[in-house]
Amino acid sequence: MRLRFVLSQIGNGLRRNIAMAVSVVLVTFISLTFVGAAVMLQMQVDKAKDDWYDRVEVNVFLCPGGEPTQACPAGEVTEEQIAEIQSILESEALSDYVQNVYLESKSEAWASFQERFGDQEWAQRITEDQMQYSFRVKLVDPEQYQLIYDELSGRPGVQQVIDQRSILEPLFLVLNRATLISVGLAVLMTVTAVLLITTTIRLSAMSRRRETEIMRLVGASNFFIQLPFMLEGALAALTGAVLAVGGLWLGVHYIVEDWLAESVRFMPFVNTADVFTIAPVLVAIGIGLAVISSLVTLSRYTKV
Amino acid sequence: MIRFDNVSKVYARGHRPALDQVSVEVERGEFVFLVGASGSGKSTFLRLVHREERPTSGGVFVAGRDLSRISSWKVPQLRRQIGVVFQDFRLLGNKNVFDNVAIAMQVIGKPRHQVMSAVPETIEMVGLAGKEKRMPNELSGGEQQRVAIARAFVNRPAIILADEPTGNLDPTTSVGIMRLLERINRTGTTVAMATHDDEIVDQMRKRVIELVDGQVVRDQARGVYGARAEA
Repeated sequence: MRLRFVLSQIGNGLRRNIAMAVSVVLVTFISLTFVGAAVMLQMQVDKAKDDWYDRVEVNVFLCPGGEPTQACPAGEVTEEQIAEIQSILESEALSDYVQNVYLESKSEAWASFQERFGDQEWAQRITEDQMQYSFRVKLVDPEQYQLIYDELSGRPGVQQVIDQRSILEPLFLVLNRATLISVGLAVLMTVTAVLLITTTIRLSAMSRRRETEIMRLVGASNFFIQLPFMLEGALAALTGAVLAVGGLWLGVHYIVEDWLAESVRFMPFVNTADVFTIAPVLVAIGIGLAVISSLVTLSRYTKV
Repeated sequence: MIRFDNVSKVYARGHRPALDQVSVEVERGEFVFLVGASGSGKSTFLRLVHREERPTSGGVFVAGRDLSRISSWKVPQLRRQIGVVFQDFRLLGNKNVFDNVAIAMQVIGKPRHQVMSAVPETIEMVGLAGKEKRMPNELSGGEQQRVAIARAFVNRPAIILADEPTGNLDPTTSVGIMRLLERINRTGTTVAMATHDDEIVDQMRKRVIELVDGQVVRDQARGVYGARAEA
């Protein structure tokens, strides 16, 4: 009897207030979509970082032959200088930071150069001797680049120290900005959702004031009076959350999995499995918002 | 059943109290009229029993409970033992007679089979058998008040509080309502009724408590409405 009664109360409430219920559904849908998008973007950033930072190295280019330059006043690097640089990189002091050191010879550099640009005419005129020696240094933690830079730059025989990470930075910057924007919108929309849910529940409570008054008169408990209102809000928010999960799934499936992941193959992407990982969080946020805003509202409008 | 111990109630500080040092005791199964002019404190008296208000000072005891001590989450328990009837009936316009009565059982979680047996029985008792499916606006004032009384009585409360239940009804209809309340009283239910209706009070010859400016000026068994004026 009790459950049936509560359900019929909820049905009545939603029917009487259908426009407001729909707006609560929509606003939770949109706000949770932004929350979800922000989380997914952050997951994307982490994924890409994990993958790329595993692969990035620090390149230490050694002085090439030819005209002396400012970095290489003495011309091409000598055998002794190469040996000295290698001993620094493999020294005890750096062993905690350096995972792997590899000396790329001129011929190897030439081979990989030809492999990459060999089909172009200008590249074929480049000879092996025009290439330069370089060290490929793999760090334990790619963030520790500065250490190698400080140690090696300016040393005789070293032309330039380059962190491959710096090539990726602009991309991460864009992704991080996108996350920020998404978080900002999510916060705004969530505030809107809370206000709208509060208003809806207040309206609902006022339109049923007579009913709640009679319920109080005949001795219904506070909880029992408030339950239908809370469930109404929670139901609307739950619907919004489910829609948000659905929207994210569609977005990830059609935009990321079917298009981005097919056309941009050099980085890993979030996938629909990740959507389902965050789905419970979104649903919990939605219901939590509804329950908290109804508790706050109802304590004022349905007091014993 | 109801005991007031030096009860005072002040709504706004600095104003005249609505009730002033009232001490009254109503036994189980009694029928009591509360009479007095508007603003004399009758409604406040009833609201204190129902614990919609709390006394400013003094003690209110209802059905063996000290209302100043019960915690607010136990108030619903108290109210389940008290039925209330108002001048304006307070029915739900969008529910039929049956549902208006049934709601009193549904919201306190009574099982369905009990609702299905107690509601028709009570509707019959108040004289509305066959009108279960009617909506409140299809009923006369007297019939609406009968529905309200059925709602107040369907849980078989120990006490019925009636705040001017005949205030909106013509004299003939009022007599019918009073008969009904008397009948409920005979089942052992304590009835406390605030009223302006001197004819009814004079006819019924029940205990009369008269309030003037929040003070009890008369407490008379088998009294009449205007006793003091006549004396």
